[in-house]
Amino acid sequence: MNLNYIILIPVIPLVVFLILGLFYNKIKPAVSGYVGVLGLLISTSLAFYTAYNYFFVIGKTAGIYQTIVEKTVWMNFSDSLRIDMGILVDPISVMMLIVVSVISLMVHIYSRGYMKGDPGYTKYFAFLSLFTFSMYGLVLATNLFQIYIFWELVGVSSYLLIGYYYTKESAVAAAKKAFIVTRFADLGFLIGILIIGYYTGTFDFETLNNPEGASILNWASTSFMGLSALTWALILIFIGGAGKSAMFPLHIWLPDAMEGPTPVSALIHAATMVVAGVYLVARLFPMYYFIEDGFALNIVAFVGAFTALFAAVIAITQTDIKRVLAFSTMSQLGYMMLALGVSGYEGHEGLGYMASMFHLFTHAMFKALLFLCAGSVIHAIHSNFLKDMGGLRKYMPITNITFLIAALAIAGVPPLAGFWSKDEILVAAFEHNKFLYIIGLFVAGLTAFYIFRIYFGIFWGKEGAYKNKPHESPWSMTTPLLILAFLSIVGGFIPFGEFISADQAGFEAHMNYPLAAIAVFAGLIGIGLSWLFYKKENELADKFANRLGVLFIWASNKFYFDELYLFVTKKILFNGVAKSAARFDKKYVDGTMVGIGNQTVNTSEKIKGLQSGKVQDYAFAFISGAVVIAIVFIYIWTN
Amino acid sequence: MISGISIYEILTVTSILFFIGVYGFITRTNLISILISVELMLNASVVNFVIINKYLFPEVLQGVYFSIFIIAVAAAETALAVSIIINLYRQISSVEVKDVETMKY
Repeated sequence: MNLNYIILIPVIPLVVFLILGLFYNKIKPAVSGYVGVLGLLISTSLAFYTAYNYFFVIGKTAGIYQTIVEKTVWMNFSDSLRIDMGILVDPISVMMLIVVSVISLMVHIYSRGYMKGDPGYTKYFAFLSLFTFSMYGLVLATNLFQIYIFWELVGVSSYLLIGYYYTKESAVAAAKKAFIVTRFADLGFLIGILIIGYYTGTFDFETLNNPEGASILNWASTSFMGLSALTWALILIFIGGAGKSAMFPLHIWLPDAMEGPTPVSALIHAATMVVAGVYLVARLFPMYYFIEDGFALNIVAFVGAFTALFAAVIAITQTDIKRVLAFSTMSQLGYMMLALGVSGYEGHEGLGYMASMFHLFTHAMFKALLFLCAGSVIHAIHSNFLKDMGGLRKYMPITNITFLIAALAIAGVPPLAGFWSKDEILVAAFEHNKFLYIIGLFVAGLTAFYIFRIYFGIFWGKEGAYKNKPHESPWSMTTPLLILAFLSIVGGFIPFGEFISADQAGFEAHMNYPLAAIAVFAGLIGIGLSWLFYKKENELADKFANRLGVLFIWASNKFYFDELYLFVTKKILFNGVAKSAARFDKKYVDGTMVGIGNQTVNTSEKIKGLQSGKVQDYAFAFISGAVVIAIVFIYIWTN
Repeated sequence: MISGISIYEILTVTSILFFIGVYGFITRTNLISILISVELMLNASVVNFVIINKYLFPEVLQGVYFSIFIIAVAAAETALAVSIIINLYRQISSVEVKDVETMKY
């Protein structure tokens, strides 16, 4: 079985990036768009071929999907500890290949229409290719260090693309914020990696994840502050994942990241990069599950559940449609984390793991669709805000229909994709922890409510005051919408459990009809409420908001978390710590160095007269020296 | 071996010669005079080489050869120094050492 061609999947976008980046000035914009799309088309076909090959031809041995690793040694530290570079093929990496390929391809096609006439067109496609390359690399990584390298690379490409409109001050600030917050979280990730490397002597996923392997069996050997050292490592790694996946309390960068072009938000901040944290936890799932009876996994579950609730509440109050979608993404990522956190390992016990990956898959489709629809709307009326929209269903029929499909999917209405995956998550939560199940159910209702709030706000309600008559987007933008809408409809019918499970053996997931009915009911209540509030212009919503009073104001200000962070950084860190440190540095550290320098200058100022330029002075000094030395030697010899 | 004259007397003469050169080198202000003083010092050492060879190691000739060698080098050095002095004169119309002191702090 030769899987070497898989290396081409990441390499092609890299080559495209280099071509577009190096010949930036020589390529016509139209050509660069085609180059980008063509490169990705090849990668996508290879990804699909890989998936077919792996899932149906070679992947299975004795009913279990094998993990196939091909690698070369990159850095050798000791006999056992080394860093490899290679590709790792197992069910979730193949699934991620498909997700990244499909979404990235759709976004590339869409961007050809959306970014038309932009001065940085070629640069934009170069960055998109760089991102796609990094994401493929992250997905295929064979060890913690490789994943860390690509982890930072996706961070960089995300930074570049958020700050794409670099003449806008807010975009620059958002880019910096995203980079700094995720970088800060990655510090935890790095420390976690180093702890794992120190205690287990390996970075390889294959060795680490083996349930009978030494790293899992001997987890209790060292402890630190009441927990096993490896548990600490896993918690630290989860902090890195939480930063990338915008989990509370490291979520503050994601809403601001919406400053980037909308297709970028669809690709990076909805479908692919932000799920890297979920993917990382899933990648190390056996470690999370077995070490210290899943202590770290419980943290994952509760953080996920809290974020899901927290973000959904904020999403209801936001007026910028992209921000609503951003908070919705956070909420759904929380769902995925929750599902991972409540998962078991073997057979049907591993339902949560499978549900998480399933939701990752379907969410990527419908959330990318929602973002692209939002982009289409923004493209038409040049505004992000709900107050400028309304009644667009007449002007943009395709966007309307596809947005509705995506909204129904995220709201969990059967038989669309979101229903199946969300149902699995709720079942897994129900079997594990009733409290988390209640939160999940409540969030399902909230999700339906806020998504239909913006749906009605955009396409129904009072018609906005448009300067020009809005028009449907060009076909290059609507084609991806239709394809993704199709995927959002049929995506749920894939028997995911047979392909992806924690122990890679595969199982058949059964519907739990009562629970499914309750979840659908919650979703329908949410839809019904927003129908009541927002279908026609009325004052019900405002009245309700006034009733909630302080709670509403808090939520619409995102519970003042940005302000809290600003307070902590500006008032406490900058004024308290940084300023006194700066004063110490200026006064004592700099002072010492400057003092030494000044002293040298002063001394040389005093003795420089010795260098008079007169030959005879030098000769006299030389001869006197020679005489003195001669006298000294004579004195020594004669005694 | 010169009869009636011991090595000490000759070494005394060469030492006097050498220190006359040193004195001239330090006190003279004319570059040509300084050059002459340098020649005096060189000649003192040449005489020393010959004398020490003659009195202490009469069976070998290295000292004599070496003195010839020094004379050759001194001739070359004088030619070089004089040419520098002539160029200097063309530039600043002076061979006084006090006029040549721009290379300082």
